[in-house]
Amino acid sequence: MLVLGIESSCDETAVAVVEVGKKGLSVRSSLVASQVAFHRPFGGIVPEIASRKHVEVIYALCQEALREARVELSAIDLLAVTNGPGLVGSLVVGVSFAKALAYGLNKSLSPVDHVKAHSLAIFLEKPIEFPFISLVVSGGHTALFLVKSPTEHYLLGQTRDDAAGEAFDKVAKLLDLGYPGGPLISRLAETGEASKIDLPRPMLDSPDLDFSFSGLKTAVLNLVRSGRAFMVHDLCAAFETAVCEVLMEKSRRALKQLGLKRLVVSGGVAANRRLRESFAKLAETEGLEVYFPPPVYCTDNAAMVAIAGYYEFMAGNTADLKLDVYARSQFPRYPG
Amino acid sequence: MGKVYRTKSAEETEALGEALGRRLVSGDLVLLYGDLGTGKTTFVKGLARGLGVPEETYVVSPSFALINEYEGRVPLYHVDLYRLLPEEVEDLGLWDLLSRGVMVVEWAERLEDAPPPRFRVHFVYLSADEREISLEGEMDDDKIRPLRKGPDRDEVPPSPESGAEDL
Repeated sequence: MLVLGIESSCDETAVAVVEVGKKGLSVRSSLVASQVAFHRPFGGIVPEIASRKHVEVIYALCQEALREARVELSAIDLLAVTNGPGLVGSLVVGVSFAKALAYGLNKSLSPVDHVKAHSLAIFLEKPIEFPFISLVVSGGHTALFLVKSPTEHYLLGQTRDDAAGEAFDKVAKLLDLGYPGGPLISRLAETGEASKIDLPRPMLDSPDLDFSFSGLKTAVLNLVRSGRAFMVHDLCAAFETAVCEVLMEKSRRALKQLGLKRLVVSGGVAANRRLRESFAKLAETEGLEVYFPPPVYCTDNAAMVAIAGYYEFMAGNTADLKLDVYARSQFPRYPG
Repeated sequence: MGKVYRTKSAEETEALGEALGRRLVSGDLVLLYGDLGTGKTTFVKGLARGLGVPEETYVVSPSFALINEYEGRVPLYHVDLYRLLPEEVEDLGLWDLLSRGVMVVEWAERLEDAPPPRFRVHFVYLSADEREISLEGEMDDDKIRPLRKGPDRDEVPPSPESGAEDL
């Protein structure tokens, strides 16, 4: 079965072709507009600023994804599209495009939740057993879920203010490091000593599984404003360590509370090396299975939308032309 | 002219936001100015409560999402232009949403052009706990009361209630 995945929930326009068959799964193509220097009919490279203008790129991106997959549009069996959460004006572009294709091709259309798709991105690499705990951690999201099946996500905890990826970005800005903040902080942190600077571990005293990263950002701001001397790479190491420790400890508690051993870490921040190493260590000492999707499927992409859409389709969840978009996910809480 | 407040904790900043939120009506635009970590999102958390967004709804930073929507007594659009260039703001189509509820915009420095705001709020870092928050806008409740609905419009409206003394 050939699934065409379409993603336009916020900054990125992405299109992917994923084949799901008896022999397994293969990503035939997975394109993200801001990362692809494809040529538009009138020539030239799509600049990053235009990545917000989904309307302008989605058609050409789709054609390119089909070309790269060596697939005719008519061979597509299923359309999968992110219809939330995200920016309503952006989501509408992908959803309208997908509806038109599904109608024209007379194929089914499966709606996909962007956050669920992150949780399932690991399946692009290998299947894992249900249930598992999913930590989705990116610029816009930081949340823990119990995943009972591909289509059943229960919210265990989430950030009360800033997402972890956002904290990376803003701390980089406070330190005048530039953009994007995550990779820059990580690089400096490699040569820094975390123990030299004391930063808070927000929400570790709180019994729930929620997160908070705004206070960590403010702690860095206070240090910068205090005029005290410090080495930037030490601060980067201390900050990265604080974020990792909080993410790890809350994930550990979630696994313990649910009596589970399997954890999937996804989203843009899951590409962070220290995070991967810390979780790998945790897995070893506590006898856990911790999975990370390949970095290219951690950041926003449409291959994860295609696989999530495939599962929605198999569960009988297809949409009609009335399919609407939503700004915020409404996951059931666990326990209810 | 504006009024200047000095808050001594995040809780005080939130309380100030709540007091302002109680006075807002649909169509109101509130523009927030100030650097990272000066209390803008904390202020909006309070503002949301003042608008009747329930406690159990987390009001989170919209820096990446760009626009977060909440259901209060009127819809609240919480906008953050932090990641945008002025020329990109236009693509958001913000002003189409304005008529549907209250809009509060962080990093309003990035706006080149905006409808007249009901309030402008400037945030300045003073010390680890203290922030200076200055509020510009018409504060007189008699002039800004929403239109009453229903047949009793000619009745004398009730006097402004709680919150007035906070500001």
